[in-house]
Amino acid sequence: MNKNLFEYLLRLGDDSLIIGHRLSEWCGHGPILEEDIAMTNMALDFIGQATTIFEYAAKVENTGRDADALAFLRYEREYRNVLLVEQPNEDFAVTMVRQFLFDAFRKPLYEALQNSSDTQIAAIAEKSLKETKYHLKHSSEWVIRLGDGTEESHEKAQYAVDTLWRYTDELFFENEVDAALQAENVIPSLIPIREEWQKTVTDVLTEATLSIPQNGWKQQGGRTGLHSEHLGYILAELQYMQRAYPGMKW
Amino acid sequence: MKENNIEELERQFQEKIDNDIKIEPRDWMPDAYRDTLIRQISQHAHSEIVGMLPEGNWITRAPNLRRKAVLLAKVQDEAGHGLYLYSAAETLGADREETIDDLHSGKAKYSSIFNYPTLSWADMGAIGWLVDGAAIMNQVPLCRCSYGPYARAMVRVCKEESFHQRQGFEIMTTLANGTPEQKAMAQDALNRFWWPALMMFGPNDAESKHTEQSMRWKIKRQTNDELRQQFVDITVPQAEMIGLTIPDADLKFNTETGHYEFGEINWDEFWQVVKGNGPCNKDRVDARRKAKENGMWVREAAAAYAEKRANRNKEKRA
Ligand SMILES: [Fe+2]
Ligand SMILES: [Fe+2]
Repeated sequence: MNKNLFEYLLRLGDDSLIIGHRLSEWCGHGPILEEDIAMTNMALDFIGQATTIFEYAAKVENTGRDADALAFLRYEREYRNVLLVEQPNEDFAVTMVRQFLFDAFRKPLYEALQNSSDTQIAAIAEKSLKETKYHLKHSSEWVIRLGDGTEESHEKAQYAVDTLWRYTDELFFENEVDAALQAENVIPSLIPIREEWQKTVTDVLTEATLSIPQNGWKQQGGRTGLHSEHLGYILAELQYMQRAYPGMKW
Repeated sequence: MKENNIEELERQFQEKIDNDIKIEPRDWMPDAYRDTLIRQISQHAHSEIVGMLPEGNWITRAPNLRRKAVLLAKVQDEAGHGLYLYSAAETLGADREETIDDLHSGKAKYSSIFNYPTLSWADMGAIGWLVDGAAIMNQVPLCRCSYGPYARAMVRVCKEESFHQRQGFEIMTTLANGTPEQKAMAQDALNRFWWPALMMFGPNDAESKHTEQSMRWKIKRQTNDELRQQFVDITVPQAEMIGLTIPDADLKFNTETGHYEFGEINWDEFWQVVKGNGPCNKDRVDARRKAKENGMWVREAAAAYAEKRANRNKEKRA
């Protein structure tokens, strides 16, 4: 098994799975019916991405674990998503700012992954890019509307940016896994991706009249399986059926 | 003179209906027809939206990736149905936000079935199979309803409802063929949802005050009891096929009529739930009210931003 590739696929898959889970929590409770539909639709895209990624990861791992086992039956410390995506929804501003900060990373990442030497990853990236562009457009527009809307919405959006900013550095986490995969041209360097992210975020937050936090405080841990307290509760719901009724088909 | 005129308009209106010519938003229609339709369509829209909640309750706990995706897609469809229906009600002059406020104040009703809790994964199967199944039974005739926008909305809705019914039955089939725990879960869900599903067709014909006029207007094309009978006739063999037992000791097939006879519905329970005393009435309405209240600042922000933008564009052009 290519351990590095497997590890990398878990990062991609877990980011999608967990942000999809968070978005799905809004279903039926959205602030506007149209937005309820949009968030559910995004959740559906992310669950779809996670499914394809885990299917490939299962093949790479080749131990008989399938995509569902990867999604539902790992322990907390084995999840590899960034801390950003597991942060609670709180309100619509926090949800949309979280989405925007993530989408602004995912878009250039998928663009670059289209050129992966691994044809499966290239295909996943190509397929997911279309959705991701739409997600980024949607979340950017909301960040601008909220930031440049009313005084109340501006305050809430600024609070969201200030709260979530500490989790953005981790999007660009790299270790020996990345170095090995970069050497084989499976994945790109995150340096130019970070530059593009920085530009998108600066442009959108400026248009939204929101200020970019200068605080250098950074939180990391998700990529190495050290999560916030929130992930445990996500998994308690996500894994409930699989844990309560082990080994059954649904 | 003026009264004669109204009588003449009413005569022409009924003649159109009798000849199956659709009534369109700009056409003349009696106030009572308009009011009845607004009530019926907005109730229907509210049912779609409130109906997202019991199933939404299981999205984060769906047992695997495929089921999670299907459930998300299904609940999203219901939101879409709510949207088309609110638009159809708007063609009659009803304001979407006002109708929604009527739901929140308890003035407007929605389908009572959604006031029952979803307690297990099998309830996702039972709801798709029975509740969407009953909804199809109610809605297929509405595709021929006399009011054009409602009839057209129903055509779109019914296509998706049959996918919902199938995915529900598929969940039930899987569980019924599964382990003893899974089969018990499926049977328990059927036990809890069977009678409320039969209640979805409304009171017996003798008790139903709107039926006669609605049939004349072709807003309704079959009576409650006819539809309920059709539902029982179709659903009982499906339960048998997957080895589940309908929780009705009086259920039997009448070879002469070719129909199933079934036991008496608990109408006390029905009216209690309609009046707001079902197990989840308060939770459902509270959840919807909270969504609107918590969303107020979002709407205000969107409106304020749209206005700023329009002003900026005006300045640019000037
Ligand atoms: Fe529906
Ligand atoms: Fe449905």
